[in-house]
Amino acid sequence: MNSREHILSEIRKLKLPKSELFGIPIFGIEGDLLDSFKQAILSNKGEVISEDELIDSLQSGGYINIYTPLDQYATYSNCDLPEDPHDFRNLDLAVVRGHFGVAENGAIWLDDTVLAHRVLPFITEHLIIVLDQKSIVSNMHEAYSRIGQEYSGFGVFIAGPSKTADIEQSLVIGAHGAKSLRVVMLGKEKEKGILT
Amino acid sequence: MSHPIQAAKFLEDKSNAKWHDETLWFVRDKRDTSSKGIPEWENLRELASSIKDNVLSNLDSYLVEFEKNAIKNGIKIHWAKDAEEHNQIVLSILKEKDCKAIVKSKSILTEECHLNPYLEENGVEVVDTDLGERIVQFLNQPPSHIVLPAIHLKKEHISEIFHEKLQTEKGNNDPYYLTQAARKHLREKFLAAKVAITGVNFGVAETGEFVVCTNEGNADMGVHLADTHIACMGIEKLIPKREHLGVFLRLLARSATGQSITNYNSHFRSPSEGKEIHIILLDNGRTKQLGREKFRNSLKCIRCGACMNTCPIYRRSGGYSYDSVVPGPIGSILSPGIDLKKHSSLPFASTLCGSCSDVCPVKINIHEQLYEWRQEITKAQSSINAKSIAMKIANGIFSTPYAYKLSGQIMRGSLKILPESVTYSNLNTWGKERDLPELPKQSFKDWYKNNGNE
Amino acid sequence: MSLNKKVGLFIPCYVDQFYPKVAIATLELLRKLGCEVSYPMNQTCCGQPMANAGYERDTVATTQHFLDTFESYDYIVCPSGSCVHHVRDHAPSIEGKENNQKDIQQRVYELTEFITDILKITDIKGSYPHRVGFHSSCHGQRGLRLASSSELNQPVFNKAKELLANFEGLEWVELSRKDECCGFGGTFAVTEEALSIQMGKDRLQDHISKEAEIIIGGDMSCIMHLSGIASRNKQSIQFKHIAEVLNEAML
Repeated sequence: MNSREHILSEIRKLKLPKSELFGIPIFGIEGDLLDSFKQAILSNKGEVISEDELIDSLQSGGYINIYTPLDQYATYSNCDLPEDPHDFRNLDLAVVRGHFGVAENGAIWLDDTVLAHRVLPFITEHLIIVLDQKSIVSNMHEAYSRIGQEYSGFGVFIAGPSKTADIEQSLVIGAHGAKSLRVVMLGKEKEKGILT
Repeated sequence: MSHPIQAAKFLEDKSNAKWHDETLWFVRDKRDTSSKGIPEWENLRELASSIKDNVLSNLDSYLVEFEKNAIKNGIKIHWAKDAEEHNQIVLSILKEKDCKAIVKSKSILTEECHLNPYLEENGVEVVDTDLGERIVQFLNQPPSHIVLPAIHLKKEHISEIFHEKLQTEKGNNDPYYLTQAARKHLREKFLAAKVAITGVNFGVAETGEFVVCTNEGNADMGVHLADTHIACMGIEKLIPKREHLGVFLRLLARSATGQSITNYNSHFRSPSEGKEIHIILLDNGRTKQLGREKFRNSLKCIRCGACMNTCPIYRRSGGYSYDSVVPGPIGSILSPGIDLKKHSSLPFASTLCGSCSDVCPVKINIHEQLYEWRQEITKAQSSINAKSIAMKIANGIFSTPYAYKLSGQIMRGSLKILPESVTYSNLNTWGKERDLPELPKQSFKDWYKNNGNE
Repeated sequence: MSLNKKVGLFIPCYVDQFYPKVAIATLELLRKLGCEVSYPMNQTCCGQPMANAGYERDTVATTQHFLDTFESYDYIVCPSGSCVHHVRDHAPSIEGKENNQKDIQQRVYELTEFITDILKITDIKGSYPHRVGFHSSCHGQRGLRLASSSELNQPVFNKAKELLANFEGLEWVELSRKDECCGFGGTFAVTEEALSIQMGKDRLQDHISKEAEIIIGGDMSCIMHLSGIASRNKQSIQFKHIAEVLNEAML
């Protein structure tokens, strides 16, 4: 018997009690979703900035290598999408689109459709995520019902800059992933062309 | 070495023990604040527990469903009945890829399998990429906590080891400085590795995807740069549906560190073009534990570490005092099932205070299982030993009122008669650092006989 | 007030031997509250120390004896959360007597819960002009749910506090760690001596640093441990069982 059969037969031999699978009730969240979301991003040591501040950042010259798959900001992008993701190793700034944000914890959902390469939001020194301010859902239950059965090979909730507290529980921002996370909340007039 | 001896050793360094206790209590406190911000917290715990009940009751069918969907997504599935087979599978994949160096993010399961020494013996360099794990790896130590692997170390110590291994400035103890040095060092490793190993927080039967949660981003840095991702997963890590992730992700980080969610919650469903994902499904005693009715639901554990942070014993004795891959309360109910003899002191390393059960996000009745393991252990130990005989005598005494009365008189009598040097001698453990109560002239029973009637 | 029910007083063995004053206070208090109380002379230990040490199976005869002793009472009341927790939740099933056992177990109450839940008394009038810290025993608190648990997201309550709160002059001390274990833990106190002592010292420190004058407890086992450490270290804080305080303070 191979190990697969062995493990399954070991389980099947047991007389296990029946157990029902209950549905998840609807849990709401009090207060304004957008405010909660912004607050959560701040607690996660991220920042919320305006689109003007985003443009300022892109124009500032503070970042040598910038990449964005977003057409809107393509003029500021000075790297091509490399064939080999390792070539992102010196990337200073990436600007990507997030699908939606979660008010209770500041998590933002990204998947293969918005990530030019899966490593992009991790390998870049600094990360900016552009988000429709109407896209905020209340909590993780709503988040998963929004994702539904959508298929993506990879998806990730990002909630802040990379961080660690492994040395004496002192919080340090910038472990292995992006050292900063800024979130741009776009209003209705700004989303055209980006958030389609 | 048994837990009491290790614990006493840990307590010798008073200021360190105090720091350890206070630091973990601080984490527990953050967890309290965070969980109390969620009005439906107790409902979520109940839900999570019932979802896991359902998983454990139908584990075979969920495993088959998960396998089927994962294969459909282009993932390769392997089954390992024990640690040895697990390690062999990992090595065979590495050989096939001609890979001599790997990066690995935090996985308690690979600790359980002692994968690192196995791979190293076979000529593979293993780099643990979680900062805390890298620190303890430099010191050739196992993690002392499942979420905070280096919580037993002070920054001075970490600075010394970084100075030696990463040539950081001598005496620079600044956590930011040290973390940046590790970032630089590990970035080279990420860029060079062809294979990356991760653990698995949740596997979803319905979709065949799995979720890995980190704060540092080390799992993602590893797997997205490597050509091959090996995910090592205990068979109990399954959940039925994607929507159930909502329940567990709300509980996990809040319970672990008090954060509302981990920074990176990565959902792997299929490999990028030209790359491979392998999942190893490991049993290693889990089906045995599933068969133990009283201990079955220990398999609900989502490895948040909250029971360690809350445990007054763990906080004051450190992870190593348990001499077990998973320390603390949850370890003390998992480990005896793996090696009863080796871990026989662990279920006694508790006052049965019950804090672990109340803090557990999946409502494992940890302290009740500690109590049950005690019953199993005393049965397994040779039936003729001193404690067991004393208990039999005690039962004889307590079921016979006259004998109880007599022994009580002797107990009080001897305390009165014996000189302090005897009652407080080293043989008398109670009296080492505690005074005995002042002895009353008569027992309540004696008093009641004369004064009890209204 | 009169309950018209027979209350059997269940006194833990170590209270019988070491702390008769606590048993006397319990008896007097219950009588003042209008109960018809008697103490069955045949009672012995409930078997908890053996069961917690891993020898539950050796407590069958002890449990049988407990059931025989208390069967005829309407309520069985005990000034110890720990012993009640054992009798209710851990005593081994007596073969052939399961139903009867269940019925008896449901009639066993810890003193404060008996007063608040059965007698429905929460506003005892009296005076106790002291600054007090309360030590919740874990078995009472998390085993019997005599107070809310700091781990749970639930409304805060504490049955002992409800009873004490109205006393004139009583100052209730809020602890930093309001329900941390004191480290007694039965055989733990000797098998894990070093830890037990450290936990006890830490618990004492919490009360002392908040300038509590008296530590009140619902379980004399915890108090025996804490007072033993305090006395050895010449700490002057006093200790009382809640039955003593209620009995003393009640007008």
